[in-house]
Amino acid sequence: MKKIEAIIKPFKLDEVKEALIGAGVVGMTISEVRGFGRQKGHTEMYRGGEYTIDFLPKMKVEVAVPDDRADKVIELIASAAKTGSIGDGKVFVSTLEDVVRIRTGEHGDSAI
Amino acid sequence: MRMNALIQRVRDLRTRVAGRIALALAVALVAALVGSGLAQDKPLDKPAEAPAAAAAAPAPKPDPGGTATGGIADVPAKEAGKPTLVEVADAVGHNKVSINVMWTLLTGFLVMFMQAGFALAETGFTRARNVAHTMMMNFMVYAIGMTGYWIMGFALQMGGLGAIGTMGGAGVLDHEFTISLFGKDFGLWGLKGFFLAGSTYDVAVFTLFLFQMVFMDTAATIPTGAMAERWKFSSFCIYGFFISMITYPLFANWVWGGGWLSQLGKNFGLGHGYVDFAGSSVVHMVGGVTALAGALVLGPRLGKYNKNGTPNPIPGHNIPMAILGCFILAFGWFGFNPGSTLAGTDLRIAVIAVNTMLASASGAIFAMCYMWLRYGKPDPSMAANGMLAGLVAITAPCAFVSSFWAFVIGAVAGVLVCWSVFFIERTFKVDDPVGAISVHGTCGAWGVVSLGIFADGTYGDGFNSVQGTVRGVLYGDGSQLIAQIIGPITNFVFIFGASYLFFKVLDAVLGMRVSAADELEGLDVPEMGAHGYPEVHGPSTIVRGLAGTAASWTPAVPAGAMTAERSR
Repeated sequence: MKKIEAIIKPFKLDEVKEALIGAGVVGMTISEVRGFGRQKGHTEMYRGGEYTIDFLPKMKVEVAVPDDRADKVIELIASAAKTGSIGDGKVFVSTLEDVVRIRTGEHGDSAI
Repeated sequence: MRMNALIQRVRDLRTRVAGRIALALAVALVAALVGSGLAQDKPLDKPAEAPAAAAAAPAPKPDPGGTATGGIADVPAKEAGKPTLVEVADAVGHNKVSINVMWTLLTGFLVMFMQAGFALAETGFTRARNVAHTMMMNFMVYAIGMTGYWIMGFALQMGGLGAIGTMGGAGVLDHEFTISLFGKDFGLWGLKGFFLAGSTYDVAVFTLFLFQMVFMDTAATIPTGAMAERWKFSSFCIYGFFISMITYPLFANWVWGGGWLSQLGKNFGLGHGYVDFAGSSVVHMVGGVTALAGALVLGPRLGKYNKNGTPNPIPGHNIPMAILGCFILAFGWFGFNPGSTLAGTDLRIAVIAVNTMLASASGAIFAMCYMWLRYGKPDPSMAANGMLAGLVAITAPCAFVSSFWAFVIGAVAGVLVCWSVFFIERTFKVDDPVGAISVHGTCGAWGVVSLGIFADGTYGDGFNSVQGTVRGVLYGDGSQLIAQIIGPITNFVFIFGASYLFFKVLDAVLGMRVSAADELEGLDVPEMGAHGYPEVHGPSTIVRGLAGTAASWTPAVPAGAMTAERSR
C-alpha cells in the first residue's frame, strides 16, 4: 500500500476530489496547511505599511491506495491540481506498513 | 422480513394519523380565534334590570386614520373637556419639556450603543489571540465608568450648572467651586449631585445624567483601543474609575458645566467663550490625549518596531467586524451631535444631523483617496478611520456651520488622520493599534479650531451667556478663534499631564503591562481565563470532556445487523 500526500492550491480541492472519486478512491483526508516552495510568499499592505506573508495557505490531500493503483492516482492528482503557474504544489509518495479499519478491525488492502 | 415490513407500515400509518389529528386541531384553533375576533364587538345580552345604564353608555368609535385621537379632552383640566387658559398653557409647557426630555433620553440611548461600535472596531483591528481581553475592556469600561461617574464624576462636572433651561427644572445643580483671578470668577468644579442623592433626585437632573454619562463613557473607551494587546486588565479597571471620576469631569465642567473656559466670552470678551457643541475636545480629545499618555507609558507591542525603529504592520484579525463597528459608531453619532441640543424642540437638530452625516462621508472618501493615491490601495481600515475622523471633527462645529463647511471639515479630517497616524507611528514611534490618538486626539483639536474659522452666525444666540449668534473668523469674529485655540491647549496640558502622571504611578504601584510571555501567547488565557475563540485552538479542547461520560458509550452492534440495514 502507498500513502500519497498532495499539497495543492486550496481552490483546486474540488477538482482533485472529483478526479479521485472518479478513479474509485473511496476515502481521503484533507488538512489546511501553510507552506512555500520556490514560489516564496507575497507582500501585503496594511495602513501604509508593507509586510510579507511567507507561508501561503495550501490544502494537503492524503489518500491510501493499493500499490497497483498508485501511479494512476498520482497522475490524476497532478493533472487535476495543475494550473501551470508557480505554487501548484507537490505530491509525496511513501510506503504504508499497515492500514486498519477501526469499525471492523480489518487490516491491509481490504481496509482501504 | 415480513415482520419488519409490517412494523414499518404500522409506523407509517401512525405518522399519517398523527399528522391528520394535528392538522384538524390546528384548523379548529384558527377557526376559534377568527370566530372570537369577529364576535368580540357583538353586544352581550344585557339583563333586564339595568336598561338605563345600557342606554347611557355610547358605543366606542375606532379611529384607524388617527385624526380623531387626542384632543381637548386630553388636556388636564379640573372640568374635563373644558380647560382654562392657564391649564392649556400648563399643558403646553409640560409637553415642550416632555419632548426635550424624551429627545435627550433617546439620543442618549443611541450614544450608549456606540459602546458596541467601539468594542467591535477595536476588536476587529486587533489580533484574535486577544479578543476576549479587548472586548472585556470595552465592556467593563461601560459599567465601571458609569459607576465612577454616578459616585462623583457627574457632580464634579455639572454640580454648578444651574437650571437646565430646556428641561424646566428647579435648578438644583447650584454649587460650583469658583476661584477669583484677574477680578473674574473661574469656575473649577461642581459639588452637587454625588450619587444623584438628595435634592438632585430630580427628573431633569436624571435625564442630564444619562446623557452626560454616555458621553463620558465614549471618552473613557477611546484609550482601550490605543492601549490594546498589552494592557494589564487590573490596571485598566483602576483607570476606568480615574477617567470617569476626575479627568473627564474636570475638563467637562470647564466647558459644559459653566466653568471658566465657557466664560471666556463673558469674562474676557473672547467670542462666546470656548465653544464645543457636542465634544470634539471634551470627549474626543480627552480620549485621544489620554490614549497618547497611556500608550507612551505602556510602550509598543512586542514586534511592532524593529531595532532600527521602523514599524511593522500588525493586521487586525477581522476587518468586517471593524467596519461594522465603524457603522455603528456613525449611527450612534446621530444621537451624539443632534442630542446635544438637549431639546427636540430646537429644530437646528436637522442641520446638526445633516452636517454630521456629510462630514462622515467626506472623511471616509478623502481618507480612502489619500491612501489609494499614496499607497496604491484603498485601505479599508484607514477609510473607516477617515469616517470616524470626520465625525470627530464635526462634533464641535456641527451646530454652527453650513453643510458646505461641514463637508470641508470632514474632508480635512480625512487627510489629517492619515498624516497623524503615520506621524504617531513612524516619527513619534508610539504604537496605536487602532489609530485612536489620531482619530480622536488630532481630529478633535481640528474640530474645535474649525469652529473658530467656519461658524457662520446662523445659530447660537445667547450661547454661554453671550448675546448674538456664534461666528468664526470667516464670518467676522476673530476672538472666537482665540477662544477656540485656548481650549485645546488647556485640554492637552491638563489631560496629558494628569493622565501621564496617573499612568506612571499606576505602573510603579501595580504594573501597567502584561509579561512578555503572556503578550506573545495572547492575553485571553492569562488575563481572562479562556480563549475568546476556543474552537480555533482545536476540537480536542471540546471533545476531551466526553471521555467516561454516557455520550462516549456506544452499544455493541452485531456484524450481521449492519449489513441488513445497508441492503434495505
